[in-house]
Amino acid sequence: MQPVDSHLFLIVGAALFSIGLAVVLFKRHAIVVLMGIELMLNAVNINLVAFSQYDPDRLQGQMLALFVMVVAAAESAVALAIVLQVYRHFKTAQLDELNELKQ
Amino acid sequence: MVQLAFYAFAALTLIGAFAVLFTRNVLYAAFFLLLTLLGTAGLFVLASADFLAIAQIMIYVGGVLVLVIFGVMLTHKPERPTDASSQTPNRIASLNRVGTSLSRVLPVLVAGGLFMALYTLLRRAHFSLLSRPIGWESTIRTVGKQLMTEYVVPFEIVGILLLAALVGATYLAASPTKSSPHAAR
Repeated sequence: MQPVDSHLFLIVGAALFSIGLAVVLFKRHAIVVLMGIELMLNAVNINLVAFSQYDPDRLQGQMLALFVMVVAAAESAVALAIVLQVYRHFKTAQLDELNELKQ
Repeated sequence: MVQLAFYAFAALTLIGAFAVLFTRNVLYAAFFLLLTLLGTAGLFVLASADFLAIAQIMIYVGGVLVLVIFGVMLTHKPERPTDASSQTPNRIASLNRVGTSLSRVLPVLVAGGLFMALYTLLRRAHFSLLSRPIGWESTIRTVGKQLMTEYVVPFEIVGILLLAALVGATYLAASPTKSSPHAAR
């Protein structure tokens, strides 16, 4: 099986990270912003896995990617709970409309 | 053949990500995120990370994405009461940020500039690591061995972190008005 050139993985990772950053900056709905953060974490995982190909004995990149995945799952669970409470309080999840400290 | 599969999965990933960026409907964005996550799992397989690909599908597609879709459904306020016989799809709008034209141009500038910078950097950089020969082999055995030997402490810590985060998320998401009958005692 002919392996793929690792530069291509890095370029895909860079593109995915930039798109995730654009989603975070551009979108107004809190949950879509969370999706952008997930995209950025995935881009980082692609980079880690691409470099981990050259380390088949210890696989440090893949192990770090595994831990990143678990932390991302924990992060998204807590963030969605917070978004839910914000929605209960303000009756909206659009970030631009959350402009009061107390209601 | 492998190159072709790589380009297919990369296209799937990037098209899904662009669709998340351009769609206005939050529910569609969640489903395009599914496309991106599956494409990433395929890329993991091509980078000889088969265990991570399965973990990606199980954690992201099976866990995170379901959570996200629950979040979308729970934070949706219909503009008007809909009847069940309606055939039009639910439209949950995620408007782009309002404001001056600067606030629309700035994200494009930042993200596009970052991508161009990274691309030129990767094109010019010469990693001596990347010239080494590699082969494709399954890594499940090594991952298991590493988790039980070298990374056993981070493994346990991340387990406790996940437990604490999930209990905390359940507590946070619980409705504050309804108190359980045991709380009165």
